[in-house]
Amino acid sequence: MQQANAQAGTAQSMREYLVNHLREYGLLFALIAVMVFFQITTNGTLMRPVNITNLLLQNSYIVIMALGMLIVIVSGNIDLSVGSVMGFIGALAAVLIVSMGLPLMVAVVICLITGGLIGAAQGYWIAYWKIPSFIVTLAGMLVFRGLSLWLLQGQSVGPFPREFQVIATGFVADPFPAAWGQSLAVMFGERNVNILALLTGVVAAAVIVWMGINKRARNKTFGVVGEPFAFFVVRNIIVAAALVFITYKLSSFRGLPNVLLTMGILTIIYAFLTENTVIGRQIYAVGGNEKAAKLSGIKTERLTFLAFVNMGVLAAAAGLVFAARLNTATPKAGFALELDVIAAAFIGGASMSGGVGKIVGAVVGAFLMGVLNNGMSIMGIGIDYQQMIKGLVLLAAVIFDVYNKSKRV
Amino acid sequence: MQPLLEMRGISKSFPGVKALDDVSLSVAEGEIHAIVGENGAGKSTLMKVLSGVYPAGRYEGEIHYDGALAEFRSIQDSEARGIIIIHQELALVPLLSIAENLFLGNEISRNGYIQWHETTRRTRELLARVGLSDPPNMLVEKLGVGKQQLVEIAKALAKDVRLLILDEPTAALSESDSDALLDLMLELKSRGMTQIIISHKLNEIRKVADSITVIRDGSTVSSLRAGRDEITEDRIVRDMVGRDMAQRYPPRTRRAGPVLLDVANWSVRHPDFPERMAIKDVSFNVREGEVVGIAGLMGAGRTELAMSVFGRSYGRDIQGEVRMRGAPVKLNTVSDAIAAGLAYVTEDRKSLGLILEDTIQRNITLANLHAVSSRGLLNEAREAQVAEGYRKSMNIRTPGVHQVVGNLSGGNQQKVVLSKWLFSGPEVLILDEPTRGIDVGAKFEIYGLINELSAQGKGVVIISSEMPELLGMCDRIYVMNEGAFMGELTAEDASQERIMSMIVTRSEKV
Repeated sequence: MQQANAQAGTAQSMREYLVNHLREYGLLFALIAVMVFFQITTNGTLMRPVNITNLLLQNSYIVIMALGMLIVIVSGNIDLSVGSVMGFIGALAAVLIVSMGLPLMVAVVICLITGGLIGAAQGYWIAYWKIPSFIVTLAGMLVFRGLSLWLLQGQSVGPFPREFQVIATGFVADPFPAAWGQSLAVMFGERNVNILALLTGVVAAAVIVWMGINKRARNKTFGVVGEPFAFFVVRNIIVAAALVFITYKLSSFRGLPNVLLTMGILTIIYAFLTENTVIGRQIYAVGGNEKAAKLSGIKTERLTFLAFVNMGVLAAAAGLVFAARLNTATPKAGFALELDVIAAAFIGGASMSGGVGKIVGAVVGAFLMGVLNNGMSIMGIGIDYQQMIKGLVLLAAVIFDVYNKSKRV
Repeated sequence: MQPLLEMRGISKSFPGVKALDDVSLSVAEGEIHAIVGENGAGKSTLMKVLSGVYPAGRYEGEIHYDGALAEFRSIQDSEARGIIIIHQELALVPLLSIAENLFLGNEISRNGYIQWHETTRRTRELLARVGLSDPPNMLVEKLGVGKQQLVEIAKALAKDVRLLILDEPTAALSESDSDALLDLMLELKSRGMTQIIISHKLNEIRKVADSITVIRDGSTVSSLRAGRDEITEDRIVRDMVGRDMAQRYPPRTRRAGPVLLDVANWSVRHPDFPERMAIKDVSFNVREGEVVGIAGLMGAGRTELAMSVFGRSYGRDIQGEVRMRGAPVKLNTVSDAIAAGLAYVTEDRKSLGLILEDTIQRNITLANLHAVSSRGLLNEAREAQVAEGYRKSMNIRTPGVHQVVGNLSGGNQQKVVLSKWLFSGPEVLILDEPTRGIDVGAKFEIYGLINELSAQGKGVVIISSEMPELLGMCDRIYVMNEGAFMGELTAEDASQERIMSMIVTRSEKV
C-alpha cells in the first residue's frame, strides 16, 4: 500500500518535472524527430557522412552568431545588424587579403577588432543613450549593407588563398598512425576511419555524462530537486549516443572539420561564461529586471555594451568563416541571415523580454533550422515552401513556450 | 435579506497546491464586506474565481449572484452582470486622459465616432461622485496615486456597477488619501452599492466593514458581522494567523552608539524638471543600533531622498555630504554605496527589488556575487549554502531555494529582498515601506528582524506611510513634506497627531 503510494508519488513528480521542463526535452526530441523524419524521407541521405559534414559546415556561421545573439537577447536586446556585419567583415577580409595582400593573421586580427568596434559603436548608443536596440541595429543593418557594397564596389572579390579557406573547409589531421585507422575501418566495414574524430566524440560523450553525474551528486547534497533518475539516464544516453554516432559518421568521411572544433570550443566557452561566471549571471539579471539589477550594484550599461561588443566580434568571426567557405566575398553575403540567427535563439527557448535562454538551446535551435533547411533541400522542396515551413516552426516554438508558461500559472 | 452574492463550497486546485478548500462567502445587498487573510491565504484566487478569470468548470462549488446560479466564463461575463474588480495594481493608462481612461473599452460613441462632448460631461459627473474636480482632459500620469485610485472607482461607476470589489485599495495610499477613499466607500454604501474590500489594514476594515470573512490557508476561518459579533483587531489577527499576537511590535532594548551614517545639507533636483528641487537641504543621521523613521505622505520625497543617497539612483545636481563613521564618502554609484556599507530595500519589490523569474538563490546573492565567487567564477555550492542559510534564518516559506521568486507570496518575497541586502553585509539599512502589502505574520517577523539588526549594532532607517509602524518601531522620527524635513521627534514625543500637524501646519506656511 505504502509502496503503491510512493510509486504514485514518483509518477506524479515525474509528470510534474516533465511539465516544467517540457521546453528543454521538447527541443531535444524535436531535433531527433526532424532528423528521423528526413532520414526516412531522403532515403538515408541526411545521415550520410558527407551530408553530416556539410550540415555542420553550412550552419557553422549561424551557430557562431547565435552564441552572441543569445547573450544579446538575454540582456533584453536584439541585434538586427549581424547579417550585414558578417557580410561587411567578409568583404573587409577579401579586400585586406586578396586586394591588399596582407598576411593572413594580420588580416584576421584586423577583421575581429573591426567587428568588436562595430559592436561597440552600436552598443554605445544602446547602453549609454538608452536608444532601443531594435532601432540602432536596424540602422546598423542598413549602414553595413551599404558599406559592404561600397567596399567591394559591387563586385565579388576572390578567391582567397588556400590557407584562408582552411578556416571553413579544412579538417583536423589525424595524429594517429594511419595503420590503426585502416584496421578499425576493416573492423567497422568502412572505407576509412579517422581515429581523432571518433575519439573526440567518445571523450566528449564521456565528459558530458561525467559532468552530469557530478552535478547530480552536487545537487543532491544541497537538496536541490533534480531531474528524475530515469529522465537523467535516458537523456544522457541519447546525447552521448548522438555524439558518438555523429563523430563516427564524420570519422568515416574526412574527420573533424576545423569549424566544428571552433564551434564546439566557442559553445563550451559561452555555456560556461553564461552559467558559471559572475558576469554571465549579471547579464541574466540585467535582462530579467534592469532596474533591480542596477539597484543591486550591477553596472547594467557596461554589460549591455559588452554584450554588443561580443556580438560584433562573433559576427566578424562568422564573416571570416562564411567568406572562407564561399571562397569569395560578395556584396550580398549575409543577406537576411540575422533572421535565421534570431530564430535560432528563440527556437532555443530565449525570451523576447530578456533574462531567459541558454547557450545550448540556441545551438540546438540553430541546428534544428539547419536540419530543416538541409532535409528540405535534399527532398527538393522549393525555397517558397521552405521559407513558409521555417516560419511556421519558429511560430510554433514560441507559441509552445507561451502556452507552456500560461498552463503552469 | 436575500444576499446579492453567495459563494458556496468553492475549491480550486493548481498542480500540487490546493489554493481554495471549501470557501463560503455571503455578501448582503448594500453592505460592505471585508475579506481578510494573510498573503497567500487565497483571497486573490477567490476573486479570480468570482470574476471569471478561472471560468466556471475549472473550480468546484457554486456561485449564486442576484438570486440565480452564475457561471462566469470571463471577466467580460462578470462585468456585464455588474461585478467589477479594482486591482491593487492600477489598470489605468498613464498617457491617456482621465476621460479616455474612464470610458476605455466602454466608449460613448455613435457609429464608431467618439462623442467627446458627452464623454466630457459624463466624466465631470463621475468625477464629482468620487469627489474629484480635476479637468477631464488631464493625463492620468499627472495625478497622484490617491487620485488615480479614485479615478479607478469612477471608471467602475461608469460601467453600471452593482458589486464593487476593491483589492487592497489603500496599499499604496497615504493616511489622508486612505481616509478619503474609505469615506467614499461609505458614501457609495449609503447610496446602496454593495462592496467587497480586501485589505490587510484592520483599522480600515473596522471603520467600513459590515461583515468580515477571514480566510486562512485557503479555507474560511470565521464570518463576523458587525453588531452581532464582537469585532476587535486582536480577534481578527488571531483568526488570520491562527495564534495570538501578543504584541504587534516586538519590544527592543534601546541603545544608540556613535553616529554611523550622517547625511548633511542634501539637495537634489528633479531628473526631468531641473528647475524643480526634489530634495531641499535635508540633513539626517543614524547611530549604531538605532532605528530611525522618516514619516510623510506619499510624494513627500522620502523615496527620492533614499535613492539619491544610495549611489545617486535618483535625481540630478546632487549636493551635500555623506559621512560614514565620521569619514566623508563619495557614493557616485550603487556599488560605491554598497561598498560603503549601505543597503537600500526598495519600496516596490516587484519592479525594483527582485528578478521575478529568477530563483530565490539567484536573487539573494545578486548584490554580493563576489562573496560566492572567486576570480569571477561562481561557486554554486557556496551560493546554495548561503541561500539555504537565509531560507532558514528568515523563515522563507518555500520548498527550496530553487523556487522561482515570482511564485512566492508578498511576505516571502520581501524576506528574499531583505536576505539579499543582509548578505551584502551593510552597516546601515534603509528600508522603504518594508511591510507594504504583506501579511500580519510576516510583518511581525520583519519587525523582529529589524530589532535583531539594531541589537547587532546596525543602523536602520524605516520609511513608512503607516504611522503606527513608525511609532511602534523607531527611536526617532523625521517628518518630511514636499522634499524638506519639517522636524524631528523622539519616540517619547511622537504621536500620529503630532506628525500630522507638523506636516499640515508647515506646508500651509509654505
